[in-house]
Amino acid sequence: MDLERPLPNPITPESRPYWEGARAGKLMIPKCRACGKPFMYPRVACPFCASRDIGWVQATGRGRLFSFEIAHQILNKAFKVRTPVVLAMVELEEGPRLLTNLVGIEPDPKQIRCDMPVEVCFEKLTDEVSLPMFRPVTGGTR
Amino acid sequence: MSDLARIRELSNSACIVGVDESDEIGTLPGKSQLTLHIEAITNAARDAGLKVSDIDGIFTAGQHSPATIGEAIGVVPRYVDGTTVGGCSFIIMVGHAVLALHHGLCDVAVVCHGESGRSGVGVSPRRDTALSGQFEFPYGFGGAPTYFGLITTRHMHEHGTTLEQWAQVAVSTRKWAALNPKARNREPLTVKDVLDSRPVVWPFNILNICLVTDAGGAVLLTRADRAKDCAKKPIYVRGAGEGSEHVMLTQMRNLTFSEATRLSGEKAFAMAGVKGTDFDHIMLYDAFTSGPPLMLESLGIAKRGEGVHHFAEGRSTPGGKLPINTNGGGLSYTHSGMYGIFPIIEATRQLRGECGARQVPKAKLSLVNGMGGMLSAAGTLVLSNER
Repeated sequence: MDLERPLPNPITPESRPYWEGARAGKLMIPKCRACGKPFMYPRVACPFCASRDIGWVQATGRGRLFSFEIAHQILNKAFKVRTPVVLAMVELEEGPRLLTNLVGIEPDPKQIRCDMPVEVCFEKLTDEVSLPMFRPVTGGTR
Repeated sequence: MSDLARIRELSNSACIVGVDESDEIGTLPGKSQLTLHIEAITNAARDAGLKVSDIDGIFTAGQHSPATIGEAIGVVPRYVDGTTVGGCSFIIMVGHAVLALHHGLCDVAVVCHGESGRSGVGVSPRRDTALSGQFEFPYGFGGAPTYFGLITTRHMHEHGTTLEQWAQVAVSTRKWAALNPKARNREPLTVKDVLDSRPVVWPFNILNICLVTDAGGAVLLTRADRAKDCAKKPIYVRGAGEGSEHVMLTQMRNLTFSEATRLSGEKAFAMAGVKGTDFDHIMLYDAFTSGPPLMLESLGIAKRGEGVHHFAEGRSTPGGKLPINTNGGGLSYTHSGMYGIFPIIEATRQLRGECGARQVPKAKLSLVNGMGGMLSAAGTLVLSNER
C-alpha cells in the first residue's frame, strides 16, 4: 500500500497504549497517579513530580488550537499529502499539548485563529495504525 | 563564599585570543566537514600566535567528538567537552572552557566547529528519533522551520507582531552583510522582497529563514595572565551562562518566551556585573527572523512583544544606536547548521576593531546569545576588550 504519510516509527513500548487507543478511536494519555496530572509524551516517570506510578486515561478529545503554520513545502519525502497542509499544536482540555494537523478548514491564515476550539478525529493509515488529527469544532455539531 | 562571589571569580579570568573561520565558507562540495573543522582550528591558532600543539583542551559539539578532533590535529588533550545541545553549544562551551582554564585543567582551549551543512560531505546523520518519529514526523513536521513557525504564529497572536516586523529583521541584517566581504548574500533587500519571496511554512517565506552553507569556525582561549603574550588584543570573557529547557516543542512551558535564554542571560549578566542595557554591540542567533526579537525579550532587554522595535527605524543597522548581527548573521552571512561559533568570532573581531567597513565605533561591551534547537537550550556571553 502506498501511504501518504510516514507511519509512527518506532512505536516505543511506553507509547503502546497511546497507539492502541488511537486504533480504537480513543485519545489515551498518561496520567500520574501520585500528583494527578496528565502529560504527554508517554514516559515512565511523571515530568511534574517524578513519580513512577503512571496510569492511562481517555482524554475528551477537545482542546484549543494553540498555534499553527501552513506548510507549502515538506522536507520529509515520506510525507506525500498535497500541500498546503496545516501543521498545528493543540492544547488538550486536560493540559498536555500535541503536534498534529488541523483538517476540515481551508489552509488560509485569515480563516484559522489561535485558541479556536478543536476536537480530535482519527485518520486510519493501516489496520494497525490510526493517527489523531484535529478539526475545528463547528457550532451546531455538539 | 557566596554562590555569586564564586561565579564572579571566573569573570575576566580567561580571554579569547584567537578566532577564525575555515579557509572558505559557502558552498564547498570539495571539502569534508572534518576538513572545514581542521582548517578553522589551524587558522584560529595562527590568529592567536599559538601553535596547534599548544592546544590541550578540546571543546566541540555535533557529529565530531573531541576525541576525533584531538586525533585529527595530533593533540592528546588534557581536557575534553562534547556538550551537544544544539547550535548554541559552542557559546556554552566558551563558559566551560573558562572554568577549565581557571582551575588549571587545561592551558589553551579550542572551541571548534566544522559542518558540511549544504554539501553533506562526510556527514552521517544518526540520532534518536523515537519521539519525533512517533509524534511529529507523521504530521509533516521535520526541519527547523516547521517548529519555529509555531512559536512565531503564537507570538503574533499574543503580541500582535506582524510579518512586516519580522521582515525588518532580515532587512537590517542584510545591511550588515553588504559590508562583510565574507557574507554570502550582500545585495540590498527590502521588506517587500521578504514578503514577496517564496512561501515555505507560513508565517515564513524563504527570506525569513537562514542560509544553509558549509563552514567551520574556531575560538582559542587561554588564561588572562597568559593572554598578553598572544598575537592579538585579548578579549575578556566577563560573563558566561547557559540554560536548557526542552527538546520537543510541546514541552516548552511558554511558547513565546524561552526559559533557557532567560536563565543563560541572568547567569552571564550576574557573572559580568552588567545589565542588559549596558551593551553597545549584540550578536544573536538568527536562524529565523523572529528569533532575535524573542531572544531580546527573553533576556529582558526588550519588553514582551517589543523585541521587534530594536530592528525598526535603523536602530540595529550600520550607524544605528545598537548594532545587531554585524556579520550579516545566519540570514545573510553563513549558517552551516550549528551557527553558534560564528557570533563569537564576530564579537571578538568587533571588540578588537578589525571589522573595516562594518566596524562598530568604540565597541567595548558585546553580548553574544544563541539558541539550541527551538529556543530549547541557550548560551550567553558577555565579552569586552577591557576588564
